[in-house]
Amino acid sequence: MTDATLARQLPAARVGHKGTSQRGIRFVVAAVAVFIAALMLAPIAMSLLASIKTTADAVAVPPHYLPQALSIENYQKIYNYQAGLWVYVGNSVAVAGLAIIVVIVLTVPAGYGLARFHFPGKEVLFLLLLLPLMIPYQALLIPLYLMFAKLGLANTWIGLAIVHAMLQLPFSVYLMRNAFEGLPRELEEAAVIDGASSLQIFSRIALPLVVPAIVTVSLFAFITSWNEFLAALIMMSKETSFTVPVMVTGVRIGQQSSVDWGALQAGVIVSMVPCIAIYVLLQKYYVSGLLNGAVK
Amino acid sequence: MAPALLFVATFVLYPFGQLIYTSFTDTSLLGGGSWVGLANYQRIFAGDPQFWRSLLFTVRYTVIITPILMGLGYALALLTASNARVLRFARAVTFMPVVVGLGTSSLLWYWLFNQQVGLFDKALVDLHLSDRMIVWFTSADWGLWAVIISVTWKVVGFGMILFIAAIQSISHEIIEASQMDGASYWKRVQLIYLPLTFRTILLVTLVSVIGSMLAFDQLYIMTGGNPRGQTFSSVYWIYQTAFVKFQLGYGSALSVVLTATIMVGAAAQIYLSSRGSRQ
Repeated sequence: MTDATLARQLPAARVGHKGTSQRGIRFVVAAVAVFIAALMLAPIAMSLLASIKTTADAVAVPPHYLPQALSIENYQKIYNYQAGLWVYVGNSVAVAGLAIIVVIVLTVPAGYGLARFHFPGKEVLFLLLLLPLMIPYQALLIPLYLMFAKLGLANTWIGLAIVHAMLQLPFSVYLMRNAFEGLPRELEEAAVIDGASSLQIFSRIALPLVVPAIVTVSLFAFITSWNEFLAALIMMSKETSFTVPVMVTGVRIGQQSSVDWGALQAGVIVSMVPCIAIYVLLQKYYVSGLLNGAVK
Repeated sequence: MAPALLFVATFVLYPFGQLIYTSFTDTSLLGGGSWVGLANYQRIFAGDPQFWRSLLFTVRYTVIITPILMGLGYALALLTASNARVLRFARAVTFMPVVVGLGTSSLLWYWLFNQQVGLFDKALVDLHLSDRMIVWFTSADWGLWAVIISVTWKVVGFGMILFIAAIQSISHEIIEASQMDGASYWKRVQLIYLPLTFRTILLVTLVSVIGSMLAFDQLYIMTGGNPRGQTFSSVYWIYQTAFVKFQLGYGSALSVVLTATIMVGAAAQIYLSSRGSRQ
């Protein structure tokens, strides 16, 4: 649901009451809202400002809110940190990309099957697919670690991607099932009459129509994978296989056990930027996906 | 559907079986793996006060942060539920930290809370809310509050957005009728909004409680379990046991106990809430 459709459904909340006191209240509400927005933005703004301070300025005691001079030193340090930023970004992107592929390959057909075919035990199978919700993945990391070590998946992109795909599986199955259920059956029935095979119906008719849901599923898988910390910490133990969040945590430890605060905040910004960009640019898919998954 | 089921069987069900099996062995990262029967479980209940301390700390964290997240989230939802442009903006900004990683936000706040260079501390001093830069992480209580503040910033938007959706789906006839009857805003919140969004409140509470009981990133990064191991969460202690002290068998037993605790807790919550909503 976008804000626009919500707005249409909800004139009541906007129904204007007559009288100046109402306008006064509305002004106060708006002022409080702006104040809250500023509070929520402040940490990110402070981090951004700190990341463009000079190294010396970033560790100054007492600290300044604003940079005394602008500098890209901190970003240069992050860029050249250990194996180099691109190795870590590459790891994160590769893991996220593989996780997205695994999630889509598994949940699109599963969602279609759940939405369109009737067979005994369907509900039980659906519950099985939701199992990762019930068993916390934190508890499964020890056996998965042992299993991956045996299979040679430790320190590999696909190994971590499998864990991240597992995290996203229940939500994605649910979303895909809802998406396919939302398609009018008449379309597919017409195709049957025209002599289309069931594979053709799936790939030519149903699939193109659920592209928005696939985009949503991919966005969530990306953000989950990019941000996930514990499994990445355990599964990716070699310094060259770290993902971005694990690498930034390493920056904190610093060279001479003193923290390089400026470089740390540059790392924080680097790891926030993709998620915030996706959120700002694709908010429609993101928020509607969340509401679809949680409320329906 | 078969591939998805196969995936769940291979990477969820089978490992879960392995977890239970491993919990009866002395498997370690350095080898081992012989059957030790119930020894690991005996050790949990007889010889590991740190695990219970961690569990207690996790419960305390959950008990404190859940009402804060629910209350603030709901208040923000009420404040911004109508669709004026400025409110939509405040909503979008409040939700933004939800998409940021918990590890990343913890690193950000770890800096803001630093007693020398932290701007949160400095802002408190400049606003005369504190007379000196606070040292957060040398005390378990202050450390806990620092973590709670940072996590609240990070996730309060999640509940808010779901509460807004629930509030907006209340039919406007009901609200108009109550306005005709002259119900005040607070009466409406009490008698219309809260009861009609009750299911969403329960859902968000459940998700939030489970998330808090599994806390790891924020403590690993911000407190490191310090001081004196007082701020280990359960998952953190399991990580410490299994991957720092290499005791995978014992770590598995701890994981089984934690999973059981959470399942029982979630089941109880679902049972109570389904009873509550029937009445």
